[in-house]
Amino acid sequence: MAMLEVEDLNVRFYTEDGVVKATNDLSYQIEAGERFGIVGESGAGKSVTSLSLLRLIDSPGVIESGEIRFKGQNLLELSDEEMRQIRGNEISMIFQDAETALNPAYTVGEQIAEAVRYHLDMDEEEARERSIELLEDVGIPDAAERYSDYPHQFSGGMQQRAVIAMALSCDPDLILADEPTTALDVTIEAQILTLLEEIAEKFDTAIQFITHDLGVVAEFCDRVMVMYAGHPVEIGTVEEIYYDPQHPYTVGLMSSIPRIGDDSERLQTIPGRMPDLIEMPPGCNFHPRCPYAEEICTQLSPELVDVETGQEAAPDDRNQHAAACLAHTGELAGSLDYEVTVRDELEATATDGSGTTEGEIDE
Amino acid sequence: MSLQRYVLKRVLVTIPILIGATMLTFGLVALTPGDPVDYIIAFQDVSPEVEQQLREQYGLDKPLFMQYLDWLAGVVQFDFGDSISNQRPVTELIMERLPYTLLMGSMAFMVTLITAIPTGIIAAYYRGSVIDQASRVFSVVGIAIPNFFLGILLLLIFASQLNIFPFLAPSSGGALTPEMAVYTLLPAITIGTGATALLMRLMRSSMIEELDKDYVTMARAKGLPERTVVNKHVLRNSLISVVTVAAIQVAFIISGSVVVEIVFSYPGIGRLLVNSVGARDFPVIQALVLLIGVAVILANLLADILYAYLDPRIRY
Repeated sequence: MAMLEVEDLNVRFYTEDGVVKATNDLSYQIEAGERFGIVGESGAGKSVTSLSLLRLIDSPGVIESGEIRFKGQNLLELSDEEMRQIRGNEISMIFQDAETALNPAYTVGEQIAEAVRYHLDMDEEEARERSIELLEDVGIPDAAERYSDYPHQFSGGMQQRAVIAMALSCDPDLILADEPTTALDVTIEAQILTLLEEIAEKFDTAIQFITHDLGVVAEFCDRVMVMYAGHPVEIGTVEEIYYDPQHPYTVGLMSSIPRIGDDSERLQTIPGRMPDLIEMPPGCNFHPRCPYAEEICTQLSPELVDVETGQEAAPDDRNQHAAACLAHTGELAGSLDYEVTVRDELEATATDGSGTTEGEIDE
Repeated sequence: MSLQRYVLKRVLVTIPILIGATMLTFGLVALTPGDPVDYIIAFQDVSPEVEQQLREQYGLDKPLFMQYLDWLAGVVQFDFGDSISNQRPVTELIMERLPYTLLMGSMAFMVTLITAIPTGIIAAYYRGSVIDQASRVFSVVGIAIPNFFLGILLLLIFASQLNIFPFLAPSSGGALTPEMAVYTLLPAITIGTGATALLMRLMRSSMIEELDKDYVTMARAKGLPERTVVNKHVLRNSLISVVTVAAIQVAFIISGSVVVEIVFSYPGIGRLLVNSVGARDFPVIQALVLLIGVAVILANLLADILYAYLDPRIRY
């Protein structure tokens, strides 16, 4: 049994324009201590996935069906009170934009200490000491003095560190990091990633890392799930996803990473846009943008299957490389005709930090 | 900058404003046509010598600037001179009436805060609920209805028809008696209704805006109880904009008291002001206008301090 098992999660938003299908039959698992990346474009359902793990989907959003088992317990069946005991305590969250995630009216220290007091049953003084320790852990100098500073007195990087300290405050088993470095500049991003890495190791915390930055994923994660329009389209280890992508969307994502030393004039992009989540295209949701799409793709919705055997994917098999493309079930007449060229870091004039895979669609 | 230093700075800034208020008060009253002597000698046949003598007696023959300084010298010692119409010291006249108006004003303000803030919070939290709809209707009516009309309406319903409240103010006992407090409730509600309606809407919209922010999700993600999330995190930020408007409401409550005191024959300074204006009783008018001005200035000072207390970013 994995620490976190998400099974057939369906989240719907009942808006005036129609029902937004934010996630569709989403299943994945995270082991204790694992670093699991979720990648996809904006609107692919990444953040909704995180929020639903904490049951923080706001109206008009609803978790329609599915199970979220955390240490064997279905979170969707817990009472509100039981759920509160898990939030911030066993599962905590790091937000994308630390500046808005911090309450401007309270000191940074108080915002860390309040969770500590609430979950760990500490008194004012103990909570204060622990919060100062946490601020030190995340690399804030003069932590004892900065404790009583307000968020606006912190720089962007420090604010994100403070938010990380909050997430760590009660020794969680799982941290949901929702694009924690997107709002930061590149040097700070590197520092924060290093910090997260150290923390994950030091406290043996599993991290669900949401991002659209493939470079960050390559650096940080063990396993990756690629999402498109609320569906998982490919799950595998970082190596598999980068060296051997098995879904046309993943290939498209890879080839759209800009590279130093690349002499092409324009950025590679995936043509088209992500579909409207209210009216999704029939069959495979990706077919309107897929260079390999055939007639069958407009009719048949592909399941997530093992890319080797074509058998239905088993979410509990952590070594399985699965993708949701008809090419793997033999229903596609043609094949995914692309070539992955791996450039050695030494060969490239400069590394792009993201890794060494280049997907190229040749047509 | 610490909160103490901010407060000190803000208090110091108030001093020139107060001096400006005395100038304006004195100047505006001096600008009104006719002076007290005209009023005293109206309908009487008085020789120019007597008229001149009266002007000298009240210092009205001196240049305006000197008159101002004379007056200011008295003001700083709380001596506003004697009333022209009934010869008693102005301070005494005002102190007789002030407790009543303070009672009514503070009751009105309390009624406003006690109803507006919780209702605004509930209306925002349960958007579209019955309470939200009801508060919306109340606000529209409350803002639209004129004070004097609402006062008469309340008197008709609660004093005349239902006999729950007395029709007239108790004649003895002063401001701090239970009878007086009961009698004051209707005028207080009358004055407070407009402010309540406004603050309720403001509280609601400010709260809705704050509820949408990331720090609220963050507070929930920390596992804090919903009550803490709303009452600690959201409320404090929502109050920031409400506090400023609440301070301005103090001015409306004071100005509203003039009309409402007439409607309820209430023995406060509002009625004294109206009577004094009719009598061209300059010393009383000046003292009252200054008093009201100072009250508004102090309310704003208090609002600024509260504002800085609620929002630490203001202090820097």
